[in-house]
Amino acid sequence: MTRSTAIAGSMLGALLLTAFPAWSKTDIVIGMQQEPTSLDPTSDATASIDGMLAHNVFEALTSVTEQGEVVPELAKGWTLSDDGLTYTFDLQQGVTFHDGTAFDAADVKFSFDRAMGADSVNPSKGIFEPIAAVTVIDPATLELKLSRPDAFLLFNLAQGDASIVAPESVELAKTTPVGTGPFRFDSWTRGDRLTLAKYPSHRDAATVQMEKITFQFIADPASASAALLSETLDAYPGFPAPEMMAQFEADPRFAVEIGSTEGEVIMAMNNARAPFDDIRVRRAISHTLDRKAIIDGAMYGQATPIGSFYPPHGKAYVDLTGMYPHDVARAKELLKEAGVAEGTVMTLRVPPFPYATRSAEIIQAQLAEAGLDVKVENVEWGFWLEEIYKKLNYDMTIIAHTSPNDMSNFARGKSYFYGYENPEFTALWDRIKTEADPEKRDALLKQGQEFLATEAVHGFLFQLPKLGVVRKELSGFWKSSPVLFQPLAQVKWDG
Amino acid sequence: MVLFLAKRTVGLLATLLAVSIVVFLVMNVLPGDPVLVILGIDSTPDAQAALREQLGLNAPLLERYVSWIAGVLRGDFGTSHSFGVPVAGLIAERLPLTLSLALSATLLTVVLALALGVFAASNHRKAGDWGVMTLSQLGIAVPAFWLSMLLVLLFAVRLRWLPPGGFPGWSDPAAALRALVLPTVALALVQAAVLARVTRSSMLEVLRLDFTRTALATGLSRGRVLWRHVLPNALVPVVTIVGMQFANVVTGTIVIENVFYLPGLGRLIFQAISNRDLMTVQALVLLFAAIVVTANFVVDILYVLIDPRLRGRLA
Repeated sequence: MTRSTAIAGSMLGALLLTAFPAWSKTDIVIGMQQEPTSLDPTSDATASIDGMLAHNVFEALTSVTEQGEVVPELAKGWTLSDDGLTYTFDLQQGVTFHDGTAFDAADVKFSFDRAMGADSVNPSKGIFEPIAAVTVIDPATLELKLSRPDAFLLFNLAQGDASIVAPESVELAKTTPVGTGPFRFDSWTRGDRLTLAKYPSHRDAATVQMEKITFQFIADPASASAALLSETLDAYPGFPAPEMMAQFEADPRFAVEIGSTEGEVIMAMNNARAPFDDIRVRRAISHTLDRKAIIDGAMYGQATPIGSFYPPHGKAYVDLTGMYPHDVARAKELLKEAGVAEGTVMTLRVPPFPYATRSAEIIQAQLAEAGLDVKVENVEWGFWLEEIYKKLNYDMTIIAHTSPNDMSNFARGKSYFYGYENPEFTALWDRIKTEADPEKRDALLKQGQEFLATEAVHGFLFQLPKLGVVRKELSGFWKSSPVLFQPLAQVKWDG
Repeated sequence: MVLFLAKRTVGLLATLLAVSIVVFLVMNVLPGDPVLVILGIDSTPDAQAALREQLGLNAPLLERYVSWIAGVLRGDFGTSHSFGVPVAGLIAERLPLTLSLALSATLLTVVLALALGVFAASNHRKAGDWGVMTLSQLGIAVPAFWLSMLLVLLFAVRLRWLPPGGFPGWSDPAAALRALVLPTVALALVQAAVLARVTRSSMLEVLRLDFTRTALATGLSRGRVLWRHVLPNALVPVVTIVGMQFANVVTGTIVIENVFYLPGLGRLIFQAISNRDLMTVQALVLLFAAIVVTANFVVDILYVLIDPRLRGRLA
């Protein structure tokens, strides 16, 4: 297609849209549970920044599909040298930032150098660790030299932390983000709402139906439910309360979508502390956990059990939930062998997330069957980060790990809050992260899952579900979330 | 009177200073690291160190307190760690909503309570009195957040008369007022229930006094005696309670703003505490303390206005 036909095509598209405005609504109000305090995805880890802005306002070299596959975005394509150490990216041309400045390879270099620099506060600085040098070949070509092969680089470069920002506008990104995406930032009323408007100069603007997107921050599930039922919200893609899904399923106005996320929910055991340093104790506890009862009680049946640390929707998934069947007698035997007496007191320190607090009560009852006296302590998030995460001051806790490819956690050594270190696994993870061949990598990932399950490092509970409530007439929302972001360019009102 | 005002002002400032020290210490003793809250649990240690340096969290405690309080005295509340903007601006954009909500709820409380209280007292031991007493007992027992949900289900979900929450901004005053109706009612009903009972019993006490009988004996109408003679004399305990209730209403906005997702100070302080946003929490707690102390101050002055006999005691 030549440029003139492309222009004619987009003009025709625009004409059709303006000629038949009554065909469809062009605005949407989306409920969000968490409000960020800053809007810069490259300096704040708050998931809702990515959820609203990544790949909507900001773009990256690559993107990821709902199935978890890497696709081109600001990079039209790329080549990798035979030694796996040099990526050459062929960039989109004619792209502009929302403030009108032009995008080219220098902006990518600026973004990456900023994220990698000594004073960088990028929450996922680790993504850039294998990058040795970023070189601008010409305005449309960029070269990344790596210090080691990195199997996850292209996937990681799609994350909000690797968003491409411009030196002209990055200073104010915390309050007025400027990117190259299909929507531009419009306004933010703190505590209330954030709005985006369609960016007409985006290369795919002709296929974008929404003119205006409003995110309304409603944390309380009962309030969110009332807002949906009274039709002030059109969609709530990450609904926080599984117990309320039944009323939406029964309501003909809504479609309820239950998908998967990258969040593995585990009952972590402090492997650095007795008696959890004894594999027999960890196995005994794994035998005691009855995942079905936990999922039924804590998640109203809306979650998939996991037997290791890898999402069930992933390509390399192996079902290991049968490795430690619920068997209290076997658990008691193992505890006896390990010298853990009946009535031993353990604490379960739980962060303030519904999946965790609800699971805790059920787990407490289950461990009591095996003769363990579990004290549940509900702690606030700041406390959890300080005492459990930083100081490893805990016996057991419940937490969801929502990052993709986070099996690396088990290779982070004794100072990481698992308190777990095993040279065999660290070596395995080194092979996984540098293996360029996807099939070989998947085989290694399977080994990794089996290793962690055999070691019974933690109690592996379930995959956190994504509960979406959207109006029936809406299409284009992702059912599952392999990443933290949700592209909205293809969200449409049907009819 | 001047001496009285001066004494109260010094007391007010001393209270605020004490509050500032307590908040500062509590926020620093509380476990929790703002850097980890911002960067998340997958961040690298060097990124954490860089942010800690940028936020000035490496300076000693005393130095941080002194530089903060010195700024406050100059009217500079510092920059929020997590929002990255001046705290004064954050507060200024939200204060009008919270104050409107607190004032309208207090006004509604007083109007409802006086009407019900006077009605109940004038129908002492009759059906009307029992009715008010039963309703107010219910009102006291019901938690505000639960009442809020019931109001939302009825008026927003079922009847669609009012929005279920949110705030459209003051640019559209009609829509802004509509958005405030349910939160105001939810805040006021519980308080009105308490105040109605206080009004009633205070009225009953005054009704028993000799001057009431005298007024009735001179042939004044019952209504005139109630509103012109009995009520003013029954107001002192009522005003005391209203002063305390204003403080309750201001802190009650924290819950109500979360239920109705209103962008006010209550929601801000909630968010700031979970984010360990020290600067914002300090400024907000100071502000809440100042509002409460000022409300008590106003109540003291109201006593004097209501009851001229108290003026002698102040001198």
